[in-house]
Amino acid sequence: MTTPDNPAPDPVRGLVGFTAVLRHAGLPVTTERVTAFLTAVDALGAGREQVYRAGLLTLCGDPDDLPRYERAFVGWFDADRRPARQPQPPRTPRLSATLPSGTGDGIDGDDSGPQVRASASGTEVLRHHDLGELTITERAHLRALLALLRPIPPSRPSRRRSPARRGAADPRRTLRAALHTDGELCTLARRDRSPRPRKVVLLIDVSGSMEPYADALLRFAHVVVRRAPAATEVFTLGTRLTRVTRELRLRDPEHALAAAGRAIPDWSGGTRLGEAMAAFVDRWGRRGAARRAVVVVFSDGWERGDTALLGTQLAGLRRLAHRLIWVNPHVGKPGYTPVQGGIVAALPHLHDLLAGHSLATLEDLLEVMARA
Amino acid sequence: MLEVVDDRTGSPTALAAALRATGYLADDDLATAAFLALAMHRPLFCEGEPGTGKTALAQALATVLDAELIRLQCYEGIDASQALYDWDFPRQLLHLRALEATGGAGRTDDVEASLYDRRFLLARPILRALQSPRAVLLVDEIDRADDEFEAFLLEVLTEHAVSIPELGEVRAAVPPVVVLTSNRTREVHDALKRRCLYLWLDHPDVAREIEILHARIPGLPARLSAEVATAAHRLREADLLKPPGVAESLDWARALQLVGARHLDVDSAAATLGAVLKYREDADRVRTRLETLLAS
Repeated sequence: MTTPDNPAPDPVRGLVGFTAVLRHAGLPVTTERVTAFLTAVDALGAGREQVYRAGLLTLCGDPDDLPRYERAFVGWFDADRRPARQPQPPRTPRLSATLPSGTGDGIDGDDSGPQVRASASGTEVLRHHDLGELTITERAHLRALLALLRPIPPSRPSRRRSPARRGAADPRRTLRAALHTDGELCTLARRDRSPRPRKVVLLIDVSGSMEPYADALLRFAHVVVRRAPAATEVFTLGTRLTRVTRELRLRDPEHALAAAGRAIPDWSGGTRLGEAMAAFVDRWGRRGAARRAVVVVFSDGWERGDTALLGTQLAGLRRLAHRLIWVNPHVGKPGYTPVQGGIVAALPHLHDLLAGHSLATLEDLLEVMARA
Repeated sequence: MLEVVDDRTGSPTALAAALRATGYLADDDLATAAFLALAMHRPLFCEGEPGTGKTALAQALATVLDAELIRLQCYEGIDASQALYDWDFPRQLLHLRALEATGGAGRTDDVEASLYDRRFLLARPILRALQSPRAVLLVDEIDRADDEFEAFLLEVLTEHAVSIPELGEVRAAVPPVVVLTSNRTREVHDALKRRCLYLWLDHPDVAREIEILHARIPGLPARLSAEVATAAHRLREADLLKPPGVAESLDWARALQLVGARHLDVDSAAATLGAVLKYREDADRVRTRLETLLAS
């Protein structure tokens, strides 16, 4: 019924300030979007409701943005009405906290020189070393080795045709060639389907029992994402599902992992594989992320929840996916038998069950993925 | 005529009323979004669950604006020759042969110019929308196309023009109204979203769904529409593989009407369940709990 006064003497300044708050809250606010926002406010009027809608339409780009926008809007425009700011929830633990000590200060410090030389000869040994039992220096070396991996992304024939030696006739190029010979068709140009990267989905268990491996596995995921950013999706499983693809697209592995660590709320907590898997299949898998994709699950199969649920979800996932691979760090260890509830439920639906406890086994995994 | 259109699209409320007259019930958010898309000449990027009226919005807008609806259904591997334009190669070849036979073939440049003439150009949806005096271009399920295609759409959406190497630039005299839809099977690149207004469509609440059923299906008994809307609402909360959208509840109501059901009971619901649930697992689960689903 009443339109509240403009939040600031100069309305534009108030509105632009609001967009800065949104940018800080992680919304994809660009100059172009701000311009669009102001144009929209201009077209609708500067009432509270109108400003809200204008911002909703021009400044958001993802359903995940909507609650953040809502909070920022209330915080900015109703700030004077609220007694005080809501206290921020405690920050989630950082990824680096899972390392035995600091993220690298100690490693890159005084003892790095001799260590590199000593471990260079030990590379071959390290490749087969269990990722969960590495010393700090070995970890540092392993990171360097992981960063050197050059995975070959799996491919599939595309629907799009491009010039090729054999295949169906290409009328466009044939006609072009005919022009130079006065309309005589001398050569028949051809086109064929070219290979395109196949989608890859990595689902990484970050629950307590997988903690020793999670850091290395996320680094591995970073390498895979950087190789084919558009075709790779990474999620973490724990008590819930978290998408970390965006975070892992950052170029620098340390930044990417720190960002991923901030994004994961259930770091080294309990495991509810079945529910997290159901969330993935529902929200992402069935809609297309897992369709004809190579899906790799990294987990030891310890399940606190209902293993039947995990079984049905994996059965559904197998129907969607091109290849369903389960990587269990314990498989490669002597005396391993697949008795954990989760693994027993999963086994009938898998294409491959692989080891993933060392760099060498991860390299094997890349080969299986490339050939998939 | 233009004034009439301006009257109907001059404010969000006017546009909502105009949309309502075509049988599309828009809430305030949606009406504002559509109004801004028209006022700012920006594409409208609609995302949401399947069956929440993304495609229907474009159809309704076309009716309101008295414009031609041009639909581009995206799929994997779609490229310029299917979306933009293509040359009519068989006719071009015939033309070339005819030139030769009549001795009309002169300098290569002339031949080439006559060969790449507008009459040999096959306009595909996007070019047609640019050439049309008044058009609503619906780019449906953009998430199914590959990312190269998005990059190529960018040029069209911002410039309202396409460049055809052989002919030059084709620029729209009247920029078409563009509606893009996505089911979120893939994240669409931010560069494309940035140029659009972003609209997230959710399932309507029960009251609105009853209204929609009424507006869309003439002669539907009031009791039946209320029951269908309530049941559809409950199904959406029942943790199914594929919760029904509005499109499904419309189908369901039509199916019930066709089998002559006066109201929704266990028998008629069981008989027509295939109109609303599309997975065997879902149907099995719901069939055992029909009583509770239909309890008022």
